[in-house]
Amino acid sequence: MDTRRLKDLIARKLMFMLCIGILSIVFLIAVGLYIRSLPILVRSGIRDILFSSLWRPTEGRFGLAAFVAGTVWVTTISMVIAIPLGIFTALYLSEYCHKRTRELVKPVIDVLAGISPVIYGFWGMVTIVPLVRDHIMPFCVGHFPFFPFLSDNYTGFCVLTAGIVLAVMVLPIIIAIAEEVLSGVPFSMREASLALGATKWQTVKGVVLKKARPGIFAAVILGLSRAFGETMAVLMVAGCAMHVIPRSLFDPAYPLPALIANTYGEMMSIPLYDAAVLLAALMLFLVTVLFNIVGWKILGRMEDEA
Amino acid sequence: MYYRTHISVKNLNVSYGSQKVLNDISIDIPDKKITAIIGPSGCGKTTLLKSFNRLLELQEGVSIKGQVLVDGEDINDPNVEVTHLRKKMGLLFQRPQVLPMSIYENVAYGPRLHGIKDRKALDDAVSHYLKEATLWDEVKDRLHKPASRLSIGQQQRLCLARGLAVEPEVILGDEPTSALDPISAERIERKLLDLKNRYTIVLVTHILRQARRLADYIIFLYMGNLVEHGPVEDFFENPKDPKARAYISGQFIESSDA
Amino acid sequence: MDRRNLEEGFFKIIMAGSAIITVMSLIFILSTVFIKGLPALSIDMIIKTPQGGYYIGREGGILNAILGSLAIGTGATALALAVSLPVVFYLHIYRRKKSKFSKMVRFFLDVLWGVPSIVYGAFGFTVMIFFGLKASLIAGIFTVALLIIPIMARSIDETLRMIPFEMNESCLALGSTRWELAAKVITRQAFPGILTAALISFGRGIGDAASVLFTAGFTDYIPYSLFKPVATLPLAIFFQLGTPFPEVRQRGYASALVLTLLILAVSVVARLMSKKFVRNIIK
Repeated sequence: MDTRRLKDLIARKLMFMLCIGILSIVFLIAVGLYIRSLPILVRSGIRDILFSSLWRPTEGRFGLAAFVAGTVWVTTISMVIAIPLGIFTALYLSEYCHKRTRELVKPVIDVLAGISPVIYGFWGMVTIVPLVRDHIMPFCVGHFPFFPFLSDNYTGFCVLTAGIVLAVMVLPIIIAIAEEVLSGVPFSMREASLALGATKWQTVKGVVLKKARPGIFAAVILGLSRAFGETMAVLMVAGCAMHVIPRSLFDPAYPLPALIANTYGEMMSIPLYDAAVLLAALMLFLVTVLFNIVGWKILGRMEDEA
Repeated sequence: MYYRTHISVKNLNVSYGSQKVLNDISIDIPDKKITAIIGPSGCGKTTLLKSFNRLLELQEGVSIKGQVLVDGEDINDPNVEVTHLRKKMGLLFQRPQVLPMSIYENVAYGPRLHGIKDRKALDDAVSHYLKEATLWDEVKDRLHKPASRLSIGQQQRLCLARGLAVEPEVILGDEPTSALDPISAERIERKLLDLKNRYTIVLVTHILRQARRLADYIIFLYMGNLVEHGPVEDFFENPKDPKARAYISGQFIESSDA
Repeated sequence: MDRRNLEEGFFKIIMAGSAIITVMSLIFILSTVFIKGLPALSIDMIIKTPQGGYYIGREGGILNAILGSLAIGTGATALALAVSLPVVFYLHIYRRKKSKFSKMVRFFLDVLWGVPSIVYGAFGFTVMIFFGLKASLIAGIFTVALLIIPIMARSIDETLRMIPFEMNESCLALGSTRWELAAKVITRQAFPGILTAALISFGRGIGDAASVLFTAGFTDYIPYSLFKPVATLPLAIFFQLGTPFPEVRQRGYASALVLTLLILAVSVVARLMSKKFVRNIIK
């Protein structure tokens, strides 16, 4: 065997090993986090941890319910804002706007996606927090004194603020994927509908959206997953202080990722603390992986069909 | 007329997935002649051509059965070094595919791979093969400019020079003139005629006149089957198979993209 | 005007409005960063490290975080390139387009793309404990590399998809081995794309905080050893915004501006690069 062939063979084997490495990372993360969180699982059992909202590390109580609830709250709010905004923007870009507008807006979306999460948090702290504190909350509490607007947290660091910041963060993901899916709908389908005398909006509603529906669903799922796992921005604006289940838009929330980030300093000092926190990380990992599997499977299937 | 055989195909069957593309082809390709593979589009011409240097195996979902012997050696034998096999065969595509480097580097690419390091020897090889491909005069002042800036016709001649520079024994052409303007096409044709004393040349073409002008030997494929083959005069003057007769007289509708 | 046109007009306004809100939010964010950051920025801010502790000391600048972020970003990008390039090249050169294996690797990369950075941070942390490492530059580099590998690999993958299959064929037809095809031809053809991918990943790497929180730590000093903690811009923002001292918060504002400028610069350069290095590229 000559050296050229040998080089080729070695390169091939090494590259293959790296591919296997990539494949194994997912399992390594799962196993690594599982092993580290095993002590708490052995002692308390998953049900006790998930359904108890009692978080007193010094007493050995590690109920995660309040954090799970916080995550669900802020993710829901962010999705309520981001889904319509994202889909309508994507529709506008792919169906309605001028080509030049699209070429101007697309880099904006890229930049929005590239901005550091901490910058989002910073922006939320100096603009959205005062906005919610001084305007939105007084207005809502004054006019709608009922659920979900009642709260005695007047700081502005709350579920709603975190939801707004998160919504802007996941917008670029939803827009980019939805826009790509929409552009993938064959032009001939639109033509067929327009030829039957449908208006543009009827075509979009009846043909384009119908065809693109699974892909848009995937875009939403992937955006949701990003919102679910986002840490720093939420940590900075959600008012992560109290370990209670939020009952209002204006209550502070303490989502899971923020819990993980916030306890890094102290978690080795109290027994089982690190296990509980890494269990939270494992849960986060499993949920986001699940969301991503669903989202990318859908997109993959659409690509295969095209 | 007696031909010495260079490439010998025995019971070649090729399919993509469930679709059969070549059906039990057995044919001998004569040495130092121009052989033209003709037939209506989709009949497996390119597939047959690419089976000679094992480029076929890069295709998606392909399965190859049967033998291809080059100089009496089965090219699908696991002991055959595929790079050596491919070195023996220069390949021209429909559209010239230059490599992302300078004109000089494009021609020197092959010799470098096959062990020539000496600068002087490389310079000589580059100028020799560029002259051989009748491109030298047009590019000698800009050898280190990107090859992508050449015209399509020049690029195809560069590809010819590049192919010749690895010192092949066989030149395979997959409709090498179909993307060119008439003048460039004619230059390539003339060059091929010029080269056939030294190389075995196999061309895929859908232009009957071209096959007639250039070829010594004709292979006619129809729907993956070998229908007729023979020396060019016999084939065109006196085709035996009715399908071949119909094809020659233009009764098949050719799609223009073939 | 009939109902159909009314509906059309209504949704058109909604759609255009959504697009405007999206664009405005970027402008809103950037202007906030500039309005707060510009007054805080000075020469001293950029060339000095914090004096008397980053959290309470009122003097000094953010040089520690700038250099730390650059060190982590560069190291992680280099490491991620060393993994992503071979992986993507393998898929394109040694595997057929529709091979199951390639599909699986791509799918796993997509899934890894969606894993939150805090999970990478937590995973990096468990690996550190396993090896008995402390928070350090090297741990930060490894964790951030893990975070950006999926971004980089998918981006390079897109570039390689653009390369015509005939280029592979014609190169192999000259008798190249596949490795030679990859190293001598594809690398050249894909060079601008690879550069863009590296820059985008670099931008993502220096912007992330959750992954370096556990793994790189924070310090007042400029990076001097692979095995010592380093400061990073995102964490400089996070920590220094949270203090009660206005002077310290200024450092946070300045860090926000510097980080945003860096990321913007990198993305602009990435765009320009992909246009500039096309000399030899076959279109």
